[in-house]
Amino acid sequence: MDHAKVLIGRPRRLAPKLTSKQLEETPVRSSMRSKDAVRVGAGAGTSDDRLLPALELAQRGDIDYLVFECLAERTVSRENLSRSKDPDQGYSPSLHARLRMVLPTCIKKNIRIVSNMGAANPLGGARAARKEAADLGLGDVAVAVVLGDDVSSLVKHKGDLRLIENGEPLESILPKMISANAYLGADVVCEALNTGAPIVLSGRVADPSLFLAPMMHEFGWAYDDLPKIAQGTAAGHLLECTASVTGGCFGWPDKKNVPDLARNGYPFADVKADGGIVIGKTPGSGGRLDVMTCTEQLIYEIHDPTAYITPDCVLDISTIALTQEARDRVRVANATARPATPTYKVNVGYADGYIGEGEVSYGGIDAVARAKWAAEIVKERLKLQGFLYDDFRVDLIGMSSLHDQVESRIEPYEVRLRMAGRTHDRKAAHAIGFEVRAMHMHGPGGAGGACEPRVRDVLAVKSVLLPKSMVNPQVVVEGKL
Amino acid sequence: MSVRVYDLAHSRAGDKGNTSNISVICYDAHHWEHLERELTEERVADAFGHLAKGPVRRYSLRNLKAFNFVIENALGGGVTVSLAQDIHGKSYSNVMLAIELPDPK
Repeated sequence: MDHAKVLIGRPRRLAPKLTSKQLEETPVRSSMRSKDAVRVGAGAGTSDDRLLPALELAQRGDIDYLVFECLAERTVSRENLSRSKDPDQGYSPSLHARLRMVLPTCIKKNIRIVSNMGAANPLGGARAARKEAADLGLGDVAVAVVLGDDVSSLVKHKGDLRLIENGEPLESILPKMISANAYLGADVVCEALNTGAPIVLSGRVADPSLFLAPMMHEFGWAYDDLPKIAQGTAAGHLLECTASVTGGCFGWPDKKNVPDLARNGYPFADVKADGGIVIGKTPGSGGRLDVMTCTEQLIYEIHDPTAYITPDCVLDISTIALTQEARDRVRVANATARPATPTYKVNVGYADGYIGEGEVSYGGIDAVARAKWAAEIVKERLKLQGFLYDDFRVDLIGMSSLHDQVESRIEPYEVRLRMAGRTHDRKAAHAIGFEVRAMHMHGPGGAGGACEPRVRDVLAVKSVLLPKSMVNPQVVVEGKL
Repeated sequence: MSVRVYDLAHSRAGDKGNTSNISVICYDAHHWEHLERELTEERVADAFGHLAKGPVRRYSLRNLKAFNFVIENALGGGVTVSLAQDIHGKSYSNVMLAIELPDPK
């Protein structure tokens, strides 16, 4: 097919061909950008992220790369379980909907896709992606697959590695291990981009690394060029939660206004070969992008701000200066970094029993007193049946479920009683929701709206550090280049 | 007279394992020194005493007119095993914003 031929070899970036309407929408970009710049867009910040803003960014953002970051801590474990039931599964189930939506635009505009939606089965994900492309009439679209993050067979023999969280030996959770995946870095993703494939799919890769890789690929940045690696990593961190820099998770009535939040757009980074970075967002989208939104995201999920450890470097965000360059455009400058550590962080997922929960509501006079009485009755009935729990929790939703109980808090008109427990006995987990629901007929007066008993498997995650020399990241291409 | 952190700063909470990190970002850079003086690790540990075992560590980010509070043992064991409704502790920034401080004026 014609499209496939265009994509043989390393795809060229198309010269900007803007319609007059687009030119109106993107005045700043078209004037500042030259051949030494690349635009990297964020298409997802979690597997449950909204879909449509990614398409709008591809259609109107004039991006060169669209990065979908879709793996939460336990996602790979969950997908590993899917794969064990069906060897074709194990990639992110959202891959189909996301690629079906953006592929026609991305192939047409020569926008390359980078994503960790391969999850526990990047090769399976690549086959699924190629089938989506073929079904859309886009022909034979090659996918470069990043492998090597799955280190489960390696760590099986390394029971003496220490868990970062509690210092215990890995041995303690090995019998229950479901998955072990190293957070790979931008270097191997960059190698995958070097193949020229329009799509790069990986399993576990550190979130900022997915964004840094296109910059390393375009400009030939090496790991020892620390100022640039620092800038690119900072940009990746700002982009990795998509709408978090464009007004999502930010607004506050009459305090922090976000215009047109219902149509908020996804962000991109304009990156220059010298490491210059400006963050922007889809032209014509809602939301806001300014120093305030960027600062919240910059500090998000950081511990020591002078030592944000990624596989690519140890980033220091304390030196960064953010400045508003134009409306919805923020310049990122002065990021610094030290060389990467000699280890990969490895997430080890393991089965750890069940969580059971139930809910029922009380309203009106003495609502809180009746809910508290109900909780005592449920606890006593669980105890009478001999059920034991590793952890147990009672919440009064509307009063104490988010920030626990403090004495000074006023009583609300209505509350929803929620009870939850963790246990290795599935029956004990189910019994919680069963007994809470029974408050309709066997508890204090006037209970309403109990939910069905809920039980879910606990996929716990702990981590170890593995010397990089033991891990073998590699790239495989599916399809013709 | 007192003010709340809410009056001087905005905030977002994030999670890693069983540790919560909560930013405090001044609306006005002039209030940074006041917050540095008043919003101490002890005061924050006190406000989160019923939620988190701690310890609490504060990192100052002068360039960003901000602070980063890192609170350990705060998330019921972490996202994957927590029994809480808000397993990530995303709503914890609101406990921070409600802390009362002396008025900077």
